[in-house]
Amino acid sequence: MHIHAYEKLWLAAAIALILLLIGSVTYGAVGPGVAMVTDSENQIDAGGLDEDERFSEPRVEQVGENHYEAYVVAYQFAFDPSPIVVPEDSRVTLYVTSRDVVHGFEVVGTNANTMVVPGEVAQISFEVDEPGEYGVVCNEYCGAAHHTMEGKLHVVSQSEFENRGEDA
Amino acid sequence: MSEALRAEQTFADKFPNEAKVVRAAFLGSFFALFLGAVFGIIQTLHRTGIFRGFIASTDYYTVLTAHGVFMVLSFTIFFLVGLFTWAVTRSLDRPLVNIKITWTWYGLMAAGMTMAGFSILAGFTNAIPVSADVLYTFYAPLQAHPLYYAGLTVFVVGTWLAGADWFRTYLAWKRDNRGERIPLQTFMVLTTMIMWYIATSAIAASILLFLLPWSLGLIPSVNPTLTRTLFWFFGHPVVYFWLMPAYLLWYTVLPSIAGGRLFSDPLARVVFVLFVLLSTPVGIHHQYLDPGIAEGFKFISMTNTMFLLLPSLLTAFTVVASVEYGARRRGGTGLFGWLRALPWRDPAFTGMMLAGLMFAAGGFSGMVNAGMNINYMIHNTLWVPGHFHLTVGTAVGLTFMAATYWLWPQITNKPIYSLQIGLFQVVLWFIGMALMSNAMHAQGMLGVPRRTAEPEYSGFDYPTAFGGFEELNLQIAIGGTLLFLSTVLFLGNIVLTMGNPKVSGIAESIRPALSGPTDAPQVLDNLRVWVSIALVLVVLAYALPLAAIISDGGLLGPGVGTYPVWLDGTVHALAETATTAGWMLVDSLTVLGAHVADTLSGVAP
Repeated sequence: MHIHAYEKLWLAAAIALILLLIGSVTYGAVGPGVAMVTDSENQIDAGGLDEDERFSEPRVEQVGENHYEAYVVAYQFAFDPSPIVVPEDSRVTLYVTSRDVVHGFEVVGTNANTMVVPGEVAQISFEVDEPGEYGVVCNEYCGAAHHTMEGKLHVVSQSEFENRGEDA
Repeated sequence: MSEALRAEQTFADKFPNEAKVVRAAFLGSFFALFLGAVFGIIQTLHRTGIFRGFIASTDYYTVLTAHGVFMVLSFTIFFLVGLFTWAVTRSLDRPLVNIKITWTWYGLMAAGMTMAGFSILAGFTNAIPVSADVLYTFYAPLQAHPLYYAGLTVFVVGTWLAGADWFRTYLAWKRDNRGERIPLQTFMVLTTMIMWYIATSAIAASILLFLLPWSLGLIPSVNPTLTRTLFWFFGHPVVYFWLMPAYLLWYTVLPSIAGGRLFSDPLARVVFVLFVLLSTPVGIHHQYLDPGIAEGFKFISMTNTMFLLLPSLLTAFTVVASVEYGARRRGGTGLFGWLRALPWRDPAFTGMMLAGLMFAAGGFSGMVNAGMNINYMIHNTLWVPGHFHLTVGTAVGLTFMAATYWLWPQITNKPIYSLQIGLFQVVLWFIGMALMSNAMHAQGMLGVPRRTAEPEYSGFDYPTAFGGFEELNLQIAIGGTLLFLSTVLFLGNIVLTMGNPKVSGIAESIRPALSGPTDAPQVLDNLRVWVSIALVLVVLAYALPLAAIISDGGLLGPGVGTYPVWLDGTVHALAETATTAGWMLVDSLTVLGAHVADTLSGVAP
């Protein structure tokens, strides 16, 4: 089969581009350590979240010196808890599940983003620095009022975080 | 003299029966395009907040389902079956084996799409207890009316029979032409259909084993991760099912329109073989952010996806080289000066070239989607529809419209009503899409979600970049309006063309490739080899993930409920009506049977 010289060059460039793209994704995984949402968590009875140790009371918990975990339930058409309140300069691990249909969980303007599938628990981790308020949206169609489904993520100062229970 | 006359024949002269099928398929396709465009403009104006008077926000998802299904299943696939019927018949230079079978698959496709379309449109009224507001992806446990799943099944079975029809015609040709290379267009059709059979096996399994029985109440629940995965097993190759007819046109028709010849027949075959091999074992890249699938499977899918760029990059080279050859034959010179020698006044040429240009842009935004960890930034944001309006929405859609200006006269003997309007139409599409798609990509970068009636929220504002949310909304609305106008011009032009009288002397021919099929290694035509390798790759990519999903969540899912979007508390009424109707049918059949038996016994001696 005759292949034109220019075409051979083009082919080589195309393969180089492909390897470069695979390389950049691999670098993202092993260099900066961008982990994928994966199947690390066990399946969960979507109809029995009320009896689940983590999700019967959706909440934020301190699990290490600067490490917080949040157990979040998505349902038609809200997130619980909302707002998710975490202190500044901390590492946050979210566990998100759904009690009904497929939802999305996206902290707007960031790369904290996951699908929320009933029966599965999505785990995402990220770091927060300064205090601020972020919007959380459901980015997968979940029913007729899908567009009203939003939540909040509040990053607050250490002192505010420690006093948060007193207003409730 | 008779030789010269034969060369002057159009497809319609030579194969009048097949031309009717092609015409019927195109008309079905254009009807869907019309519906899709109407829902498209409603959706654009609603979502951007320019005008929300057509529908309530809760009905937006009915509109969105209709736009998606009519555009990507009816418009594209009806065009495909018309084009492939033309391509097989033309390139084998013989009629289809049995035109009745041809009309049967056309009828099945039309019936299936009518069922699915009815179930979607019934979502606008509460008077009919049917709806299918589940969007084109129908993710369980949202549940559509059984009619939706049944309709899709009938439609797909129709496409299977269409493929069988083309394969039979090819086998009949092969018996008469031992040892000859498969003509290029037929090769493209057969390889595309092989890919389609592999791809649709998963969606058929998903619907027939799970979704349809579940919607009929025969099984209590489904595993959402399993049905999602089966959907995307189908959902990625389907995009190549839309694209391959456009490639067929770029490879075999565009060079001739440009006055040139296809650069290399063997490389065209290589490209189609690569699509057979690589377009299915990549579907998990749509599920990068799914919690139920392990990271390793996602990585494998990502790697395969990146290699899938190769056939498209090769296509870019071949198409540009073939067109350049045409330009130089027309007297074009210089490094880029040859571009001026091309037939830019021809809407078929200009439309396909602009479609190809936008496909390049869509390819680059697709590389971002495919970049597993970069995808976090844009997953399920408006970036994604921005991307696929460049690919299926323009590379495919605009190519189909542009090719119609060339093909329609060949299948009807009627010249196009106005090629000037056609030229304006394809350019308008390009401008409209440039505005809309660019702004959609930008909104995606701001985090604006896709698939929502009201992307503005009460609790937060989007970051201000790229001109800001509001300004981008305006660009989307203007772009969408131009696209709607462009569609109206296209459809109007075709309707007026149908009123034109038939003429003779408009036959066009397709010139053979510069480097012909005899230069291609024989193995390229050995379809069995490619089917086997494709199946092995699919098994490698999917066996473990599917086994893991089933062993983790079970076939029927971990305690997941059912969320029908079609019941409205009328399920019992519906069930009763169905039962009553069923018994009435049984009764009347009994009466009829008795009557027939009586009559027969009366006749008998």
